[in-house]
Amino acid sequence: MSDIQLWTLVFIGGSFAVYLYIAWRSRVRETAGFYVAGQGIPTVANGAAVAADWMSAASFISMAGLIAFLGSDGSIYLMGWTGGYVLLALLIAPYLRKWGKFTVPEFVGDRYSETVRTVAAVAAIIISFTYVVGQMRGGGIVFSRFLGLDVTGGVIVAAVIIGLYAVLGGMKGITWTQVAQYSVLITAYLIPAVAVAQQMTGVPIPQLSFGQILDELNAISVELGMAQFTEAFAARPQIDVFLVTMSLMIGTAGLPHVIVRFYTTKSVRGARYSAFWALLFIALLYTTAPAVGAFTKLNLLQGVNGVSADALPSWVNNWAATGLVTVSDGVSTINSVSNSPTSGADLIVNNDILVLASPEIAGLPAPIVGLVAAGGLAAAMSTAAGLLLVISSSFSHDLYFRRVKRDSTDKQRLLAGRIAMGLAVLISIYAGINPPAFVAQVVAFAFGLAAASFFPVIVLGIFWKRCNATGAAAGMITGLVFTASYMIYTLPVFGTAANPHIFDISPEGIGTIGAIVNFIVTIVVSKLTAPPPAEISEMVENIRYPSERRAVTAVAD
Amino acid sequence: MTEVTPEQEARGGEPPPPGSAPPDNGWRKEYWNRNLRLMVILLAIWFIVSFGFGVLLVEPLNEIVIAGFPLGFWFAQQGSIYVFVILILVYAKMMDRLDSQFGVAEPETEEAAK
Repeated sequence: MSDIQLWTLVFIGGSFAVYLYIAWRSRVRETAGFYVAGQGIPTVANGAAVAADWMSAASFISMAGLIAFLGSDGSIYLMGWTGGYVLLALLIAPYLRKWGKFTVPEFVGDRYSETVRTVAAVAAIIISFTYVVGQMRGGGIVFSRFLGLDVTGGVIVAAVIIGLYAVLGGMKGITWTQVAQYSVLITAYLIPAVAVAQQMTGVPIPQLSFGQILDELNAISVELGMAQFTEAFAARPQIDVFLVTMSLMIGTAGLPHVIVRFYTTKSVRGARYSAFWALLFIALLYTTAPAVGAFTKLNLLQGVNGVSADALPSWVNNWAATGLVTVSDGVSTINSVSNSPTSGADLIVNNDILVLASPEIAGLPAPIVGLVAAGGLAAAMSTAAGLLLVISSSFSHDLYFRRVKRDSTDKQRLLAGRIAMGLAVLISIYAGINPPAFVAQVVAFAFGLAAASFFPVIVLGIFWKRCNATGAAAGMITGLVFTASYMIYTLPVFGTAANPHIFDISPEGIGTIGAIVNFIVTIVVSKLTAPPPAEISEMVENIRYPSERRAVTAVAD
Repeated sequence: MTEVTPEQEARGGEPPPPGSAPPDNGWRKEYWNRNLRLMVILLAIWFIVSFGFGVLLVEPLNEIVIAGFPLGFWFAQQGSIYVFVILILVYAKMMDRLDSQFGVAEPETEEAAK
């Protein structure tokens, strides 16, 4: 046991030292460097930073565990969180890079109006904040297991470290730190996956070899009271799988902390290639995740199937202290396993521990357990830092500078941004300590809202010149209100009763319908009102071409 | 030319009637149409592999099993992701070609200057 704690400390301590050193080396004082790193980040590095930014505690810690228990329907996360990059690369990133300013609300503000900008800034802050809370929680889980702290202590330690370097470093510090964090997290994810694949199938490429165990996994899953792993629509109806996948995809393409990344590339061409590198780096983890889920689940089930309650493998006891693994009262041998505390199964395993516990479950040596812990923290920290930056820039740039103090200096704005970050850290510590069910639901909320608000108005803003401010404002507000209403209607979060889903549509999937509503309202209202002024059409025309035409004919003055 | 800012471009541009390209700028329309065509083709593939093979047709495709993987399951959890990566690479490469064909590629000097 102490061996695992020692190695965890070594890896976490070592990687933190590197991150803090990078943040300190690249601390900045000017606004441009703070928000977009002076647009001087190489494409591959930017891709790795986007990947680290994107892959959060949810991707690293929770996703493979979710897939293990969702089975085939886990594809909603796999496709949803990667397919969005195709939309981002083809429909959004190059054009916003050509236009080239600091924040998403700023694009919306220039393209439409100041009102739309304020709505967007507030939405960006809410969406990013809900995400930060999830990261603090993820960091808290890692600390509570490996450093022997309770979840509250873990959340505070994670939040203080994240806050420290985000506030000091700005985007430049964050970008290079995120490159380091990507390296840590992908290594930490792949090494145990490859080791387990080799151990179980003799083929060290998990993506190829997990097919071999699927039959066995299906059989033992059914034996222990779960659905077959490869059976489609066991967890969700088909229409809901469709809508949730779509909602996550367009939510991804509309998330402000991802979009802002493409402003940091050197050119429009750089933005396109950044999207490619980012998805390639993400795909490395995302194609491994279902294999990790399948291998770990099989290992776990084989380890406990029919075993008596006092002879369970040691990982069960190690994790029991966190409260995330429980053996039901009065059970003598394990005959059923579930991830749901209300299922009444003999052994209940929380989704969130599967990746962190997978080296222990497979009996891999202590250094690998420590490495995985450091990887989980890297994922949580890199995402939280990017999100804090969006909160800070939306606040200082789009609200404070535009609405409160128009003549504020660079220094004042930087200070306002840092204060916003600090406040966000404090509030998220509080929220991260509160019940996790709340956090999970609110994250679904964030995706649906991003899908229903930003994506339609950004895409229409680029591809349809006739789209005007009245249309965009009406579309965004209807999309948001529609989506939020359905979420409140179906989720018990706000103290209201949870009503049954309409047409099998879950609150995670409603963002798709919200986005369609937004598209329709924006188009109809734009058509019914006056076209946007000529300079807006010209602006839209200009962002469609990477640079002024040379070589063929001179269009210059 | 060192750096192209939106302001410079706006000055150098033409007075366009909203929604239509000016007559001496037929290349603009052509460039944009080709961009749109490429986009539609790639997005069609994006939809077919993910929502087509991975969601709508997953059950019939699962009848086919390759190397232990039911095919629909494989598309939903592996294949679609590989295709997404390739689609973005193809888009970036094709747009490079389109940009230089129409003389709107960003000069290397600009990248160096920034």
